[in-house]
Amino acid sequence: MLRTEDLSVRFGGLSALSSVTIEVGRAELRAIIGPNGAGKSTLFNCLTGVLRPTSGRILLDGVDIAGLPPDRISQRGIARSYQITNILPNATTLENVRIAAQSRKHSWSMLTHHRAFRDIMEKAEATLDAVGLLAKADDLAANLSHGEQRNLEIAIALATEPRLLCLDEPTAGMSAAETRDTIELIRRVSKSLAILIVEHDMQVVMELAQRITVLHYGEILAEGTPAEIQRNPRVLEVYLKT
Amino acid sequence: MSAPAAEALVEVEAIHTHYGKSHILDGVSLRVGPGEVVGLLGRNGVGKSTTLKTIMGLVRPSQGQVRLEGELITGLPPHHLARLGIGYVPEDRRIFRLLTVMENLRTGLDRAGVAEARKQALLQKVYDYFPVLAERRSQPGGTLSGGEQQMLAIARAMMLEPKIILLDEPTEGLMPRMVSQISEIIRVLRREHVAILLVEQNVPLTLAVSERVYFMEKGTIRYHAAAAELHAGDAVVQQYLGI
Amino acid sequence: MGIPLDLILIQTVNGIVTGMILALVASGLTLIFGIMDVVNFAHGELFMLGAYFGVLVLAATGSFWVALVVATLMVALLGAVLQVTTLRPLIGRDPLMTILTTFGISLVLQNYALWQFGPVARKISEPVTGHFPLFYLEYPVYRLVIALLSAAIIGALWLFLKFGKYGIWIRATMQDRVMAQAMGIPVPWVYTAVFAIGAGMAAASGVLFGPMVGVHHAMGLDWILRAFIVVVVGGMGSLGGSVAAAIFISLLEAYASIWVSPAQAAIVSFVVLILTLLFRPTGLFVPTPK
Repeated sequence: MLRTEDLSVRFGGLSALSSVTIEVGRAELRAIIGPNGAGKSTLFNCLTGVLRPTSGRILLDGVDIAGLPPDRISQRGIARSYQITNILPNATTLENVRIAAQSRKHSWSMLTHHRAFRDIMEKAEATLDAVGLLAKADDLAANLSHGEQRNLEIAIALATEPRLLCLDEPTAGMSAAETRDTIELIRRVSKSLAILIVEHDMQVVMELAQRITVLHYGEILAEGTPAEIQRNPRVLEVYLKT
Repeated sequence: MSAPAAEALVEVEAIHTHYGKSHILDGVSLRVGPGEVVGLLGRNGVGKSTTLKTIMGLVRPSQGQVRLEGELITGLPPHHLARLGIGYVPEDRRIFRLLTVMENLRTGLDRAGVAEARKQALLQKVYDYFPVLAERRSQPGGTLSGGEQQMLAIARAMMLEPKIILLDEPTEGLMPRMVSQISEIIRVLRREHVAILLVEQNVPLTLAVSERVYFMEKGTIRYHAAAAELHAGDAVVQQYLGI
Repeated sequence: MGIPLDLILIQTVNGIVTGMILALVASGLTLIFGIMDVVNFAHGELFMLGAYFGVLVLAATGSFWVALVVATLMVALLGAVLQVTTLRPLIGRDPLMTILTTFGISLVLQNYALWQFGPVARKISEPVTGHFPLFYLEYPVYRLVIALLSAAIIGALWLFLKFGKYGIWIRATMQDRVMAQAMGIPVPWVYTAVFAIGAGMAAASGVLFGPMVGVHHAMGLDWILRAFIVVVVGGMGSLGGSVAAAIFISLLEAYASIWVSPAQAAIVSFVVLILTLLFRPTGLFVPTPK
């Protein structure tokens, strides 16, 4: 469903990504790991239109989306959660998700009250339910705990009905308990869409990923199932620097 | 493991640190003895750098204490801690790019109460240890190579005549040849009786130079052992640094 | 219309003189911004207070030079006190707060001056009288003295920053305030010192410029606007840039006033500002960052 071909990003003399070719299936859960500076964020930035690749293609269901602006890419079905929480703190939890949900419906009616759009409200509530935040629908987003805010991030991304969900370190700063909840959450929603997840927490990676791609200095070092990656001597060398 | 006989030089007691709501350090406790080299290992994002920053007063813990030679130093401003004898070498070196090598060193040298003669002696000592810096003393810091900048960052901290240096990933991004030089520099610091808290991801280097090693994961210390008892291939190393 | 060569040369001299004073005012402003990220809207009032203190000390001692030195020191001290009491508590907070605070200080100082000294302009007499013939004009020697003194003060500042022990502290703090602290440099006090230096330089300009115009409570307003333009065109935080920009703009205005009235000539500086922001927003005289 998603395929990058020879994707490269160069900043002056620095190669952030070098000829990266990845293929992700329709309902696959793929983890991207690698040491600092390996190019994981750069890859995400290309996929979500924040960064224009220097060369290469990004094919979403056969259509090249490389270089498209973020809003067009969102319309085509790629959503992203960020490392630093990006929610609207002064809006309620439900409102945060509703705003994302209504991006999929276009209407010129400026005079109709937003609550009249029943289908959007229902979708927003359903999304909140999926991430376990329905009970907190009317709480101000700023008042949620850190873990709940990170899950709200995921809900906002989910509300845009993506085909591909890019999660950028979703468990950063979470306690062990919150991490467990988030792992469950991701597992629940992974049935109907493709998920790309960048993580440093190996427990999360090992539990969730069906396949893992290892990046190192902008290149793909290895790809395979978690078991294969764990045994891969080159990966061990890079991570343990032996 | 039995506690070292001497009183700890730096003692970190159950600190919790947040960035906003993000709970980065979830109860970290460790200690470094005088003149001791202690390693702090763990993957990216587990909180190693934040631990150093909390000790250095760059980040305020929400809970817990930090002590230097038994005295509470939690919440003191960084410039005060530098004068008390804590040196800090951050992850991206962060030398003053527009200042010359000499001026970079002088920022730590020009302290109150240090006689001119001693300043000169200190400068000479550092130039002896790092001849490259002597050669480039009038060049702006930004023109130095990565390895040279790393040496300058460490030399600059040495100008404070610190009791302990907090070293954050000194070998990151360096060529293998420079990595062995860093080992050598750490040994030099050891000879000068400067304690080191070494944050690293390079396991063999850390095990080779440290006396004790802490392993961190998700904001806490998970394992603690004497370096001599560990090898790079051990299961515990795999667990906290590998995949 | 023939090009009046002698007029141009005279205006060149005028432009340089005005430019040097403007440079003196602006360099304090750019230093404060470069080190502390503070946009000091009260800078014009520090200039004005310097002039007024100059008047007072001159009346008391009869010596212009003593007045210059004492007024500079007094305003520097005032600047330090202001920074410690009103700006230091705001470090790390929303920059908008600092801007509002310095703006508030500017209003307070203006009205204080009005209340204390009254609405009638005061005069400082020139310390050096005499003229020398410049083409067909009798050019006041004093103006050259101002230009030279301003250059000397800025030069002294530059030397201090480059070679002085505390100068290194200031430059280090400007580049990386966190690592400066980690090196034992007491950054909060560096900020206070820099603000005091900037204030002192503004005051010195006020005293120096006093004989050329009247000293009144709103005299800061003319200068502060120009000074900000100079700071932006010269590159925020760049000492050399402010000097270059100050002279550049003053020369342009001086030339322009050959053909149009001085009030209209002032438009030139705004044109330069707009062009700078459009094409080289980091400053005309600063290398473009990659």
